[in-house]
Amino acid sequence: MLFPPKPSPAEPPRVVVTGAGIITALGRGWKPNAAGFRAGRRAFRPVTHFDVSRQRVKIAAEVDLPESFPATQLSAQQLNRLDRAGKMLLLAALEAWQQAGEEPGEDYPLVLGTTAGGMTLGEAYYRQAIQTPHHRRGQATRAIQYQAQVQALTVFNALGCSGPTTIISNACASGGNAIGHAFELIRSGQAERALAGGYDAVGELVFAGFDSLQALSPTSCRPFDAKRDGLALGEGAAILNLETLDRARRRGAEILGEVIGYGTAIDQHHLTQPQPQGNTTLTVMKQACAGAHVTPADVDYINAHGTGTVLNDASEALAISEWAGPRAATLPVSSTKASIGHLLGGAGAVEAVVSLMTLREQWLPPEVELETPDPACKFPIVQKPQNARVNVVLSNSFGFGGVNASLIFRRWA
Amino acid sequence: MSKIFVAGLGAVSPAGWNVAALRAALENNEPLPGQTLARPGWEKSLKVRQVPNPTTRLEFLAHPRLRRSSPITHYAAAATLEALAGLRANAAAKNFRLGLIACLQSGCVQYSCRFYDETLKNPATASPLIFPETVHAAPTSHVAALLENVRLAQTLVGDPAIFLQGVALGAQWLTEHRVDACLIFGADETNWIIADAFALLDRQAIATAGAGAVCLCREEKFSIGVELAAITDALVFSARQSRRHAVAAMRAQLGNISAGELLCDGLGVSPRADAAERAAFADCSNPRISPKAILGEGMMAAAAWQCVAACDAVAEKKHASASVSLVSPNQQAIGARFVRAEFSLSTAAPAGNIAP
Repeated sequence: MLFPPKPSPAEPPRVVVTGAGIITALGRGWKPNAAGFRAGRRAFRPVTHFDVSRQRVKIAAEVDLPESFPATQLSAQQLNRLDRAGKMLLLAALEAWQQAGEEPGEDYPLVLGTTAGGMTLGEAYYRQAIQTPHHRRGQATRAIQYQAQVQALTVFNALGCSGPTTIISNACASGGNAIGHAFELIRSGQAERALAGGYDAVGELVFAGFDSLQALSPTSCRPFDAKRDGLALGEGAAILNLETLDRARRRGAEILGEVIGYGTAIDQHHLTQPQPQGNTTLTVMKQACAGAHVTPADVDYINAHGTGTVLNDASEALAISEWAGPRAATLPVSSTKASIGHLLGGAGAVEAVVSLMTLREQWLPPEVELETPDPACKFPIVQKPQNARVNVVLSNSFGFGGVNASLIFRRWA
Repeated sequence: MSKIFVAGLGAVSPAGWNVAALRAALENNEPLPGQTLARPGWEKSLKVRQVPNPTTRLEFLAHPRLRRSSPITHYAAAATLEALAGLRANAAAKNFRLGLIACLQSGCVQYSCRFYDETLKNPATASPLIFPETVHAAPTSHVAALLENVRLAQTLVGDPAIFLQGVALGAQWLTEHRVDACLIFGADETNWIIADAFALLDRQAIATAGAGAVCLCREEKFSIGVELAAITDALVFSARQSRRHAVAAMRAQLGNISAGELLCDGLGVSPRADAAERAAFADCSNPRISPKAILGEGMMAAAAWQCVAACDAVAEKKHASASVSLVSPNQQAIGARFVRAEFSLSTAAPAGNIAP
């Protein structure tokens, strides 16, 4: 029963990550992504999926999907019905699932973050619906498949699993909130394991939307640079398999890292602009640290939200600087959106996997095109590939609408 | 384990802009008249049930955040303000920390269609004022700004049955003392593309729009005399569990529905879509109301109306308890029971009725 819920355990269980799947413009899977992020490689190219000839900006970090997909319990028809977003979600989920060595089963919560779900199918529906003469071929399928819950259930069917499905759409904080929500489900004793993450594909509507706001960089996305001029869009997906430490140990699963803190709150300043002083960002970073029982001195790296827009980065820089205090002077920060763009609902989840990579492999992801850090940054920005001792990482995600999320991960050694 | 109570209800529907209008329409038990909606490029019109214009000016539209907002935000704002009115009038609850959980199925379709249409014509002139309003989180953000003291917010999307997942999440936030009251609203708006999709998927359904809101609290003294007694698991349709089995499992978890208990079901006007739910409650001879059959297919708003109607029937002392059955088109089945606050669970339903 969802209510009354199971009594919370006297001591909340530790929550570990035993599977991580990722697909971005840097590649499919942990290895190519880790190599790309470690080198600070940038994965932008001219947009190929729709016409951008009349847009102000013409690049994005697009994903190349494989020609054939791994065998699952889906039929070819079910697979073909998925759009790009759904296929990226499926690939990330499969990688996480296989890495975790999980078995098909029930009561396996799936928590996803997305802003658009199958929006490209919705766009196709609209384009066909306004054509004359009017014809309806394929429209019923599009009307069903564009819905995010149908994509989520397709993942379950591919894996042979079932369980409560929650789809969070807090704009660009969605992926971070999804992992945080799954973390809380396990901590409160409502679940022993969960799949959680986020996904989004670059679509025409969203691309045109950010372009209309002049939020896209016409030059090069450089988060925290004094001369930054906007974000770049990307696409992809990332999924984590989360479970209690006890369960992971019982089944001998390899542990990739531990989730130790989560904070979330809403900034009511403006629909699309953060409160300039970063008050809500400060709140969620403090919340996450309090839950994790760590202080800024314990944090070794921050994977910032860092979109590259003037307003976001200024606000986040102030918040990080105030939160870190004296620690700021030596606390490395970077935004991996410089490499793969802004994945919107997928961003927080992909950045969670990047955080795990830094913990597992002991390096920091650089922003190689950053030239002059914004003076508001009282912290060093990682500009060159470097190895580092990393035990605790904090990852920020903020969305249109004002929801902020911070996650904290700890190295498993 | 804290008890959770209902502190207020709100509704906007084709029946009008408050719970009283919803109640009157359901008591009348006659399907509301529909209107026709033009569809671009097609001579045949579509049938919908529109939300009527409000009879008085909506004061909240003067708020700077709501000037350009879409109808879904207006519906959500009106419903949440109505649901919060009782607490707002109580000095002891003035500084309550609020949670806000928005549940949407299609979300901001009117502005999405408008912006995409502009994009197809010429992306260079597509309006930057409209795009932010297409985001699922926009209504949540606007309502949070309107209410001011919202500390936690979440926007959930999915099939209408997630409304009860939203209620369960709100109850969890209260139990964990993260907020002092929590508003859960379900809202959706309609336009020609939604009506067009229903014409494809469920020919008999009449698309409509609106919102419903439930305000939860921890203390009985702030309640309208309604207690949340149970919410079943979210029973997902999958290759492992058919729709029919999921609905039957929800019914089993809900347990026996006691004599006199109201069943607020999700039956509409489509025999095929309703078959599983109809079969699961075939043995139930209790008094029933079916808001969708009267108001139309309001998607997430319709799920919220079911809960509002169930709570309202208990609050108005027409029934000692009321159950809600939500069966989604393609995601899950979930049920809930609300009881009169001073009414003990053991007398509302014999022991064992609420499955563990």
